[in-house]
Amino acid sequence: MMFAAALLPLLLFVFPLWKITLEAPQYPTPLGMYIHINDFTDANPHDIKNINLMNHYVGMKYIPDAIPEFKIFPIGIILTSLIGLLIAWKGTYKWYLYWFLMMLLVSSAGLVDFYLWEHDYGHDLDPRAIMKFTNPDGSVMGFQPPFFGTKHILNFTAHSYPQAGAYFLAAGILLGFVAYRMGRRSKHKITA
Amino acid sequence: MTRFKYTIATFLVASLFFVRCGEGGQGSNGALTSNAAERVYVAPGEHDEFYAFISGGFSGQLSVYGLPSGRLFKVIPVFSQDAEKAYGYNEETRPMLNTSHGFIPWDDSHHPDISQTAGELDGRWVFINGNNTPRIAKVDLSLFETTEIIEVPNSAGNHSSAFVTENTEYVVAGTRFSVPIPQRDMPISEYKGNFKGALTFISVDPEDGGMDIKFQLIMPGFDYDLSHPGRGKSHGWFFFTTYNTEEANSLLEVNASQNDKDFIAAVNWKKIEEYVNNGGGTLMPANYAHNVYDESTQMATSTMKKEVRVVNPADVPGAVFLLPTPKSPHGCDVDPSGEYIVGNGKLSADLTVHSFTRMLEAIENEKYDGDAYGIPILSFEDVLAGTVSQPGLGPLHTEFDGEGNAYTTFFISSEVVKWKLGTWEVVDRQPCFYSVGHLMIPGGNSRKPFGKYVVAMNKITKDRYLPTGPEVTQSAQLYDISGDKMELLLDFPTVGEPHYAAGIAADIVKARSKKIFELKDNKHPYGVSTDADVRVERDGKDVHIYMTTIRSHFNPDNIEGVKVGDKVYFHVTNMEQDYDVPHGISMIGANTSELLIMPGQTETFVWEPKQPGVWPFYCTDFCSALHQEMQGYVRVSPANSNTELTWSLGE
Repeated sequence: MMFAAALLPLLLFVFPLWKITLEAPQYPTPLGMYIHINDFTDANPHDIKNINLMNHYVGMKYIPDAIPEFKIFPIGIILTSLIGLLIAWKGTYKWYLYWFLMMLLVSSAGLVDFYLWEHDYGHDLDPRAIMKFTNPDGSVMGFQPPFFGTKHILNFTAHSYPQAGAYFLAAGILLGFVAYRMGRRSKHKITA
Repeated sequence: MTRFKYTIATFLVASLFFVRCGEGGQGSNGALTSNAAERVYVAPGEHDEFYAFISGGFSGQLSVYGLPSGRLFKVIPVFSQDAEKAYGYNEETRPMLNTSHGFIPWDDSHHPDISQTAGELDGRWVFINGNNTPRIAKVDLSLFETTEIIEVPNSAGNHSSAFVTENTEYVVAGTRFSVPIPQRDMPISEYKGNFKGALTFISVDPEDGGMDIKFQLIMPGFDYDLSHPGRGKSHGWFFFTTYNTEEANSLLEVNASQNDKDFIAAVNWKKIEEYVNNGGGTLMPANYAHNVYDESTQMATSTMKKEVRVVNPADVPGAVFLLPTPKSPHGCDVDPSGEYIVGNGKLSADLTVHSFTRMLEAIENEKYDGDAYGIPILSFEDVLAGTVSQPGLGPLHTEFDGEGNAYTTFFISSEVVKWKLGTWEVVDRQPCFYSVGHLMIPGGNSRKPFGKYVVAMNKITKDRYLPTGPEVTQSAQLYDISGDKMELLLDFPTVGEPHYAAGIAADIVKARSKKIFELKDNKHPYGVSTDADVRVERDGKDVHIYMTTIRSHFNPDNIEGVKVGDKVYFHVTNMEQDYDVPHGISMIGANTSELLIMPGQTETFVWEPKQPGVWPFYCTDFCSALHQEMQGYVRVSPANSNTELTWSLGE
């Protein structure tokens, strides 16, 4: 079971982690972007280019072709999976708990990083932006996509939801915990 | 339960009441059914069931309508310049309108026909003839644009065209006017016996649709009016109506209306193809244009071809026969089974239907009734399948619903008449407003018509629409033919004068319709793929501007160093890769049209500045919220100045 837990996160290299979708009346086929562990990809051809084109009106930066995370995250996932495999091979159930906690920490760090990037993307606007919008309180309106869920941003409805890769990661982490619990139970049974 | 029964009973009574009302309504309302509006209503955002490609006649173009709504979607420029789309104006498409007579900005587009595979519409291309300066055009239905035009030599009044065989082996183009072949200076009065009519078989490449004249059959000097291919059992044959078998050269309205019977010429093209493949026929000198638009370079090239293979029918015994047909027949229509060949004798009181099986028997038995210039004439009685007796006045064209019914237009009595194949009885007639020419059932020229609607195309409308001065619109009328009786549902105005139309189920076509041109596939010699490549280059007096557009700017948008007397080429690439985001461009004082550039496309216009100054250009297509800001300037200096050539954006 711990083997499976350690291997599941590797599916992030196959399936996307997250998806952001932008709906608007003039986009009967919504614009969409998949976030992979090592790449941004179009939901439909040229979507990222077209998202950039939309966003330049309010002074948002172009979505970069590559970000440092695309190097760091894959290494992180490979390392944690290797550690998980090592634990599964050699470690005791207590180590399963440590792996589980480590994975929670690493994933949370990833999510925090994602949130910070989104925040920056939505708020670090070109001062020469074509269109400037303010909130009712007079502050500059941000265009941060939702971290999780659905949000209305001007003429767009933005959806942000985890994808298969994220579910496999979560399943791996959970499985690590289940492995720990089962390991502990069987240990207690033997000692009892 | 009781209550339920009452409800049912009430419902039944109500239904009866409504049915009776409906009948009463029809009776009092003439041809128009009570719920016609509902049946042609296509709700906002919904799609029509059929595409209708309706020829523009003297507009030279091809219009695209939806059925049953009658909504106009696009006018595809084919033979006429179209300033809206820069067709025939920009450097890329000007070669499309080249001919052996030079650049011709117009033609008379007549008879569209959709490509077929195994006798059914495949929706890849529409072919259409240019009547005046004989040409055949091909419209690619992934682009809805004209991508090929081939001129037809030795032809004049290219009217019995552009119909395809059942695997699109050939698109056929018959001459209406016979002429000296080859053209030469001779007295018109020596027409008889000296003028000839060329029937041209243009092969179509099964992969890319490329057209090439395979052979021309040089026939007697009749007028070849319309034609249709055999299908099913008669696949391999082609049938042409003729008039002026009198071979008159003046006052044809009288002199070409003397013979009781003219002919339908039956051509066994498979036999001639075999003859030609074995080296038969003669290569004769010719001069005709072949214009091809290349989707990857986005440019058309025009090539002059210098010879054509001609075949004398007398040299291929058993390939061509004449079927006597009363009287000056117009439409030549073959039913979906391929058995019946309808000759719409426009000056005859009856409608003549020939039998393909009987024709073959007569040929087998060599039962000839004389010959015309060596071409055997079959006996009328031997080939006749039946006659629709006194169906109306002035029959022009017949189409079929695939259910054993035929529908014929009658120009003089201004009606569509439905009759049964085999029994030849008239089963229904509906008036047309007014003077109907042709009609179209989607898939009507195929083995498998979609027998739901017929579209009648009327030559005269007079009071049918709001008046627009002396010139009023032509009109199409949509009838529902799914029931026993035809029902008029809708009138809609047309572009130009439709002579013919072709319809097809939308599902066959719409999935193939392209949304954008991929920038990475753009091989235009003056296209650019990134903003890093924009530049301005001088080559003597030619200045080439490699420009891009993207919402919402031109790059570059400030250009200096152009001089009076220069020839300035604006090569503009639309960098958009989003559906339905074209950009336009126009330059003050340019003696040409705007450009309208689709995403991923490059187009070129030429501007020859005549005065020093600073001259603006702007985007002509409302592309975005910042469309009004999409503008730029070119500084023009005197011819002898030394202004440096510079270009910039955002500086």
